[in-house]
Amino acid sequence: MLLNLQDVARIALLSRIELSSAECETTRDQLNGILGFIERLQAVDTTGIEPMSHAVDLVQRLRPDRVTETDHRADFQALAPEAEAGLYLVPRVVE
Amino acid sequence: MSDLINSSLRQLSAALATGKVSAVELATLFLDRIDKFNPSFNAFITTDREKTLAQARAADNRLKVMRDGIPANAAGAMALTGIPLAHKDIFCARGWLTTCGSKILENFVAPYDAHVVEKLAAAGTVTLGKLNMDEFAMGSSNESSYFGPVRNPWDVSRVPGGSSGGAAAAVAARLTPAATGTDTGGSIRQPAALCGLSGLKPTYGVVSRYGMIAFASSLDQGGPMAKSAEDCALLLNAMAGFDARDSTSLERPPEDYLRDLEKPLAGLKIGLPREFFGEGMDADVRAAVDTALAEYRRLGAVTVDVHLPNSGLSVPAYYVIAPAEASSNLSRFDGVRYGYRAQEYADLEQMYSRSRAQGFGAEVKRRILIGTYVLSHGYYDAYYLKAQKIRRLIAADFQQAFKICDVIMGPTSPSVAFAFGAKSADPVQMYLSDIYTISTNLAGLPGMSLPCGFGRDNMPVGLQIIGNWFGEAQMLNVAHQYQLNTDWHLRMPQGI
Repeated sequence: MLLNLQDVARIALLSRIELSSAECETTRDQLNGILGFIERLQAVDTTGIEPMSHAVDLVQRLRPDRVTETDHRADFQALAPEAEAGLYLVPRVVE
Repeated sequence: MSDLINSSLRQLSAALATGKVSAVELATLFLDRIDKFNPSFNAFITTDREKTLAQARAADNRLKVMRDGIPANAAGAMALTGIPLAHKDIFCARGWLTTCGSKILENFVAPYDAHVVEKLAAAGTVTLGKLNMDEFAMGSSNESSYFGPVRNPWDVSRVPGGSSGGAAAAVAARLTPAATGTDTGGSIRQPAALCGLSGLKPTYGVVSRYGMIAFASSLDQGGPMAKSAEDCALLLNAMAGFDARDSTSLERPPEDYLRDLEKPLAGLKIGLPREFFGEGMDADVRAAVDTALAEYRRLGAVTVDVHLPNSGLSVPAYYVIAPAEASSNLSRFDGVRYGYRAQEYADLEQMYSRSRAQGFGAEVKRRILIGTYVLSHGYYDAYYLKAQKIRRLIAADFQQAFKICDVIMGPTSPSVAFAFGAKSADPVQMYLSDIYTISTNLAGLPGMSLPCGFGRDNMPVGLQIIGNWFGEAQMLNVAHQYQLNTDWHLRMPQGI
């Protein structure tokens, strides 16, 4: 067993995904199945190999610091579950 | 009219250019077919007849202007004017519902166009609708869609492959002449193989990812799915190109992907990785692939043995890298700015975690959890960094192989289309469906699948072609020459 129920609960918290206790058990078994499969990577000698973070070697492009976007606030906020007066509404955070 | 459903894009284009058929008539033909057959296959999530016909009327106006006298150099620009196609529901299309196959985006009407959508619209294509897919493109069977599984037109008891399963089924059932797809680990090529069509994943960076909902950003690449390689080349001409809004879009001079189609294959060196021809490939797939290779030898190509010694590590490396990137990309779905928000919650934290728990399906949640774990403190080096080092080994293997061959060939998928439920209980078994396609994404190389015959129970088999970076024109040449000498790509399922 790689992960126990406590580990699964911690990962779920970090992921901001609520899991019921029943779901935690099946999730633990499935994640352990996947991690067991991934485990074979550990046997490979990768001494001196540079990590490859991208498919092509790219240098981040720079652009002039100019305004390129037009105002789409109303369009975008029309998609929000709750918005008012140009603001996105969420449950109260500060009492 | 009925012969139009199996026509090539060039034939449709000629019919439109000469006025033999109008864009409105052509769009109507396919919309009527969608109405009739989509209930059997569930390939489309959204259609909108009014929007489609408005685009078709605009195309007819353009065609009229063109017929009335067009400068010769603009002839290429009209190749796709009036051609109907459909977009995988991962591509944002302004004013269209864009769900990515997820409950979390069930009501999301895109406020802008993806670069691919924009470019194909500028080329004059007419959108028939948005295509079903595995949720967030995570799957190889289209069983993870919130909108229900897509059924394979060759046998409705089987999956169409995934994640571009709706695109594959829609083209196979001739509900659209062509479609867009995306490929992160095989999601264009594997469904193309399982549904008997031609599909191409370009070199990473050739097609802009702007407006294409992100899954694993270092692997995701859009591409065409159609009946033939020639159709794919026409579509890629319109889809490819630099876009400043995608930070990994490549600044290269435009290419004409049709330019090499007619080249003879004499002297072509085809590399056969022994790792792709060992255990794991079903005998019926092997037989069809071997017959295709014999045809290539008859056309003057030679086959050489190559090695991809680390290819066995590609699936496990992928299942570290792709979930890691997905866990980061999908953190944007928080129930605040767009998408699903849970009905009941005590505070902000619970609003996030419940919205995500209720909005995402099981496979998406699994991948977010795995990705979060492999990136978390204390595990990053052991999993994520390790997988990135192995990714370099896998990419280097290909460069060794391309020293002695022009293209690599093998099966696209180890088996023909499987039955619903056959692999859905065990995530790892499902992941292994992409065993021959994933290494291409890790290396950033272009790959294609084309139909090369039928296996067990008369189900289509796909031949995979892998090219070196920017080898699209050559791969399309290699595929087109085969299709001039075979007719697998013109076969249609019965009953449609």
